[in-house]
Amino acid sequence: MSIESSNINVQPHDDPTRSGLTLDSICCERGDRLLIQDLSLHIADGQGVRIEGPNGSGKTTLLRVIAGLSQQYDGQVRWNGEDIRQNASSLATECLYIGHLAGVKALLTPLENLSWWLSLHIPSAKPISQEVQLQALQSVGLDRFADTPCHQLSAGQQRRIALARLYLSEHRLWVLDEPFTAIDAAGVVLLEQRIAEHLAQGGMAIVTTHQAMNIAGFTSHSLSVMSANGAIS
Amino acid sequence: MASWQWFHRLGSPKWLSGTIDRWLPWVLSAGTLLLIISVVWGLAFTPPDYKQGNSFRIIYIHVPTAVVALAAYYVMAIAGAVSIIWRMKVADMALRAIAPVGAALTFLALITGAIWGKPTWGAYWIWQDARLTSMLILFFLYLGIMALHDAYQDSASGNRAAAIMSLVGTVNIPIIYKSVDWWSSLHQPASLKFTEESTIATEMLQPLLLAIPGAYLFFIAAVMLQLRVQIARSEKNTQWMAERSGL
Amino acid sequence: MSTIHRDEHAPIFAAFNALLLRDLRVYFRYRGTWLNPLVFVLMVITLFTLGIGPDPSALSNHAAGIIWVVALLGIMLSLDALFRADYDDGSLEQLLLSPQPLYLSVLAKILAHWFITGLPIVLASPLYSLMLGIPFSAVPALAVGLLFGSGILSFIGAIGAALTVSLRSGGLLIALLTLPLYVPAIIFGSQFVESAIEGWPLMPTFSMLLGLLIGAMVLSPLAIIGGLRLSQDV
Repeated sequence: MSIESSNINVQPHDDPTRSGLTLDSICCERGDRLLIQDLSLHIADGQGVRIEGPNGSGKTTLLRVIAGLSQQYDGQVRWNGEDIRQNASSLATECLYIGHLAGVKALLTPLENLSWWLSLHIPSAKPISQEVQLQALQSVGLDRFADTPCHQLSAGQQRRIALARLYLSEHRLWVLDEPFTAIDAAGVVLLEQRIAEHLAQGGMAIVTTHQAMNIAGFTSHSLSVMSANGAIS
Repeated sequence: MASWQWFHRLGSPKWLSGTIDRWLPWVLSAGTLLLIISVVWGLAFTPPDYKQGNSFRIIYIHVPTAVVALAAYYVMAIAGAVSIIWRMKVADMALRAIAPVGAALTFLALITGAIWGKPTWGAYWIWQDARLTSMLILFFLYLGIMALHDAYQDSASGNRAAAIMSLVGTVNIPIIYKSVDWWSSLHQPASLKFTEESTIATEMLQPLLLAIPGAYLFFIAAVMLQLRVQIARSEKNTQWMAERSGL
Repeated sequence: MSTIHRDEHAPIFAAFNALLLRDLRVYFRYRGTWLNPLVFVLMVITLFTLGIGPDPSALSNHAAGIIWVVALLGIMLSLDALFRADYDDGSLEQLLLSPQPLYLSVLAKILAHWFITGLPIVLASPLYSLMLGIPFSAVPALAVGLLFGSGILSFIGAIGAALTVSLRSGGLLIALLTLPLYVPAIIFGSQFVESAIEGWPLMPTFSMLLGLLIGAMVLSPLAIIGGLRLSQDV
């Protein structure tokens, strides 16, 4: 197990009340395999971290731990200084997670898919108008398919529906697992632009990807997790 | 730099393993002794029942196993609650250890109940007996928990699923018992009365009072043996287990 | 951007309504969701009559038990899909990560599913009475019993569905887990139908069914939430 880091804020004993996301000695086991050992890092406003590593190095597991999906880990994930095990809702309101699965219902249209997601994740007394939702779909190039059932769309297009959430999101923390999968070259450029915009506005992002990212806020905060097989001894 | 939870997590099964090593011989021999005494006493030295003759003597196995089988479910559910609330590794092991022992005891109670039923009611199985029917459902509940354990490749997820299921079962068992009781009283022919409380003579009761604690001790010993397997399985990669098996 | 413009007084039922609507939409776009359980129930009743024999008095004697066991199987088998589709397409992740109360979201999903599978089985009550020779006067009671009973079956069955959602071999395992828990529902449910056929007082069994429904509705989401959360750790 080794963590290659350059300019990364590894401060396990920092001020517990500081704002942003803090990972404190995260350890993850799956079955008999130790996936992540003793990982600590801090992400503050305007910072992005790219997690890279070979297959099976626990990238997805780490992101699921951060988002609050996975409960099997040792150590602490703190959001604004609060353990997410104690207070899950404060992270839930400010975190956007897009995983390997798009979270798109095949029998619904892109517009319908955006609308249920908005009610769950950006609840407000006055719902976000359909025009704004259409704009988001336009940003990912799906406005012409807004009323086409998703099962008629390609894998890449279905993924774009999930990515359209990024154009509606007010969440401070973005947790994106392989967001570029099945996205064409032009789409990748757009997506990188959007992430850069998010960071420039003071947001945070954690992204796993196998390809290099050309985003200003990211270059100085990269981290790679190497695989660690074998016994705990 | 490993956090203290890491050590705590590893330390607990080690302590349990030592405790089991120390207590198992005593619990096992005390339980076996009590069971042997009570069964011999019950079979050879109590007078036959005036109505049932000698066939009643199976209660010295049936009653203790049935009592412990039901209690075992609640103990298992407590382990499940501890596992959910405090995420204690040892509680998960206890749940895994108790389920098969409880299922075996329930099965034994069912078999002995059926054997008792043949001379008493003229059939191995009659549905009118609410307690036997409830026992059968308890047996199914145990099997469900064991099936959940088996189905999950990832043992940690299987543990949590089984813990939740054991709590669901605990809420349901009293309701199931009450409803089966009500159902059997509804369908009971007037000539047969099973719910009637029979008074038991003191001479017959005394061996039973020995057999029940004996069965509890035997249950604890069986769970300890199972726990040993669970600990060896989940701690096989730790240093203390390697040293222990190296000895 | 970093300041949250979210309305602090967001309607608490927003997610409930959205999920109810979404699931109903999905179900309505594939008619198998409501049709298959109903056809299953009618077919198994047919098989029961073929097994028991055509004697009308024998059939009506067993009618209450047959209807309840068949409805139970139909609802239980359909529940396998309750969370599985969401698990497979990733919308379950989004549901679990929502800041909205999960308890209400789970209720919405079960309610939508019951509406599309349980309700048709209830509404087909007159058909069962024709097939099994139940007097027509007992049909309203049969339907009311099934109405409450199918709710109990849905809530309890959803526990099994949630605990097995990440397992490929869900179907049979759901049965192993939930069938023992169905015992009280089937006892009081079929007794209620029998009371209706025989003209006995209905209130005692009805109040038991109502109690079971309320208990299942209040308590089962807790276990379901636990099951759904653990499905994300695989």
